[in-house]
Amino acid sequence: MAFEGLSDRLQETIKKIKGKGKVDEQDVKEMTREVRLALLEADVNFKVVKDFVKRVRERAVGQEVMESLTPGQQVIKVVKEELTDLMGGDESKIAVAKRPPTVIMMVGLQGAGKTTTTGKLANVLRKNHNRKPLLAAADVYRPAAIQQLETIGKQLTMPVHSEGTEADPVDIAKNAIEKAKEDNHDYVIVDTAGRLHVDGELMGELQRIKEAVNPDEIFLVVDAMTGQDAVNVAQSFDDQLDITGVLLTKLDGDTRGGAALSIKAVTGKPIKYAGMGEKLDQLEPFHPERMASRILGMGDMLTLIEKAQTQVDEKQAKELESKMRTASFTFEDFLDQMEQVKNMGPLDEIINMIPGANKMKGLKNASFDDKQIVHVEAIIQSMTKKERQDPSLMNASRKKRIAKGSGTSVSEINRLLKQFEEMKKMMKQMSNTKGKKGKGMNFPFM
Amino acid sequence: MSFFKKLKDRFVKGEEEQQESTSQNEPKNESLEEADSFNPYTGEAYKGGEVVYSKAEEEERLRKEALEAEGKSLDGETETYEDKLDRLSVPSEPTDEANIASKFKKGLEKTRTSFSTKINDLVAKYRTVDEDFFEELEEILISADVGVNTVMEMIDELEMEVKRRNIKDTSQVKEVISEKLVEIYYGNDEAEEVEGLNENPDGPTVYLFVGVNGVGKTTTIGKLAHRLKSEGKKVTLAAGDTFRAGAIEQLDAWGERAGVNVIKHSAGSDPAAVIYDGIQSAKSRNADVLICDTAGRLQNKVNLMNELSKVKRVIEREIPNAPHEVLLVLDATTGQNAMSQAKTFAEATDVSGIVLTKLDGTAKGGIVLAIRKELSIPVKLVGLGEKVTDLEPFDAHAFVYGLFADMVEEFDEDEEENQA
Repeated sequence: MAFEGLSDRLQETIKKIKGKGKVDEQDVKEMTREVRLALLEADVNFKVVKDFVKRVRERAVGQEVMESLTPGQQVIKVVKEELTDLMGGDESKIAVAKRPPTVIMMVGLQGAGKTTTTGKLANVLRKNHNRKPLLAAADVYRPAAIQQLETIGKQLTMPVHSEGTEADPVDIAKNAIEKAKEDNHDYVIVDTAGRLHVDGELMGELQRIKEAVNPDEIFLVVDAMTGQDAVNVAQSFDDQLDITGVLLTKLDGDTRGGAALSIKAVTGKPIKYAGMGEKLDQLEPFHPERMASRILGMGDMLTLIEKAQTQVDEKQAKELESKMRTASFTFEDFLDQMEQVKNMGPLDEIINMIPGANKMKGLKNASFDDKQIVHVEAIIQSMTKKERQDPSLMNASRKKRIAKGSGTSVSEINRLLKQFEEMKKMMKQMSNTKGKKGKGMNFPFM
Repeated sequence: MSFFKKLKDRFVKGEEEQQESTSQNEPKNESLEEADSFNPYTGEAYKGGEVVYSKAEEEERLRKEALEAEGKSLDGETETYEDKLDRLSVPSEPTDEANIASKFKKGLEKTRTSFSTKINDLVAKYRTVDEDFFEELEEILISADVGVNTVMEMIDELEMEVKRRNIKDTSQVKEVISEKLVEIYYGNDEAEEVEGLNENPDGPTVYLFVGVNGVGKTTTIGKLAHRLKSEGKKVTLAAGDTFRAGAIEQLDAWGERAGVNVIKHSAGSDPAAVIYDGIQSAKSRNADVLICDTAGRLQNKVNLMNELSKVKRVIEREIPNAPHEVLLVLDATTGQNAMSQAKTFAEATDVSGIVLTKLDGTAKGGIVLAIRKELSIPVKLVGLGEKVTDLEPFDAHAFVYGLFADMVEEFDEDEEENQA
């Protein structure tokens, strides 16, 4: 496969950065370049990619990535967050008209899969929502399109309203709704002919259908394999018809499906369902999270990030260990740790990742108060750089200032300072006794 | 799901019946000896065309009714469709052979000259060959779905070439651009000819059409049938898409429109059997060309790809050196996945050429450059519209110009604004 996932792509860049303490703007630029390539390879439109990469770069150049010790993972995380954000939430709801029947219009290019999806959607409505849909065959142009919908209707044992190929599609749609009222159908799905978005005359026909039947939903059916042109198609259909949602087809193929992102970005309309196979029951609610992962070329992004974080912890823990040994541990490092701790979740688990920590008596079965971390963090953040590096500078007026700045009390600061000193002492001991049983470590937030 | 259950129920009976009637169908079953005719779409065995008609009385009645209704509506449809086409489009093409040839020749000359003028315009927009110039070039090629890797490679080569020849002025870079672009497509093939369809001088020529769903296989076959027929050839179509609802009727309608014979079985039957019958019919009727339709399938469906290989083997066995073309139909709106399609279909069926459809939209289909370069599969035909005559030979020069149309038009607009 010519495609590489984003994580593969970033590996190379990360290798170069490794060993550098922190990343600079140039490094971030290189990483976002890889992001750009990965998205372009996944068929995301280049304009959408441009905007997207700009946003990622802004966040990356900001503190999030540059101050992180693991910039690669941070970039992936930022990309994933932005991507999921852009793709929107799960929105597989379909409108219900106040007065039935609810009218759904299916529109799109030739060969996108409108007729098949019409059948699938009807099936979903009946099976999952207990509705009674009527299908309307308004594609009078493509040879045998009406027969196709009729066959699908037969397969689903669902009625199809058709008037042959000489009728006006506008009339077919209107009559279908009349018929639905008579026969008590609560949904009408109008299958229209595929057409180019630049075909003025045929687009006009869709507008006439829209005016005549006032549909509650207009679904644009889009082939998931669509390339750069997806933006033109989606934008144009949306401008002319004000679509209400998108149905993505052929997602059971091996396409990365960047078109989904392009369409969402230019229209802002939700992608509601995805076609996952040739059978009529293979239409599934669309999952933006999974799509984001797929576009990035990652099986399960969440697990990957979790794994990445595990790696972060180990790496950080090792650095922490070496600092402990040399007793050069400062409040700065402490804050760094806290920052990581906050992102990582339950304290108990993190402590477990510090080499040897779980063998320490004091830490075993210890309970941790996450809320205290916030206080400690505030206190350290209210210190000056010098104070953080050299706590011995601390005097009464400094303490007062810090207490004010952090919204805590001087006694809390005293306690933190004391605990910090004890911790440093203990670290020295630990490194001296090396390998021998530690005497128990007191983290200030314990 | 209920439908497939029904199909299965119906089928289990059908299979027994088929075994009973094996002796009657001997030649066909012989042709399919290698296959346990299972329908890869459903995982169930095929219904077996004729059996369904003869045994299930109820069904036959229904089917006859359906066919009658169809026949009627098809007649009507043909008319309305043509009417609509007239309404939609340009005057139709003269049909005699000499005229067609000269039309294509003229068309090519025209596009060639206009391509070089447009390149002239393009380079005039930028006075110097700088980063902005290459950046815009890059974006234009990417937006035409040429593919990131190919574009980067090309831009690198261009930049190299510009340095090597010490070109600073855009007016000198134009030759390099057109050279490089056409070079990507043709590679080391110096002839740079328009590549046509192979023919079998000893009759019948067999063309097999393959591709994913919804790319326009059946429509293209209709257009090609029309063209070959108007060239005075005797054409037979084989309705090998037995899976998709309405596919057989669709090909039938095209057959009627083009006035050619269509060999078909009932829906759900084994496509290899249909193609086999198509070959026998083409042989016995001394047809010049047999065009085989197949059901659309996504290339990652292994069973369906195996089915396609089987269809091809049936053709190979019945006519030496056939199929003379295996044509992969690609939708121009498709992005980078087209490369994966080309690779997988080529593995399964040894694709010999590409038909690029839906080029009349805003999509450019630039991925065919990379496909030609990496897999050496040339584009042989392009679909340029809905009319029956909108199928033309592929011309790389015209195509490459198409990739730039937007950039050039933008330039024209700018120019107009400047003048105003």
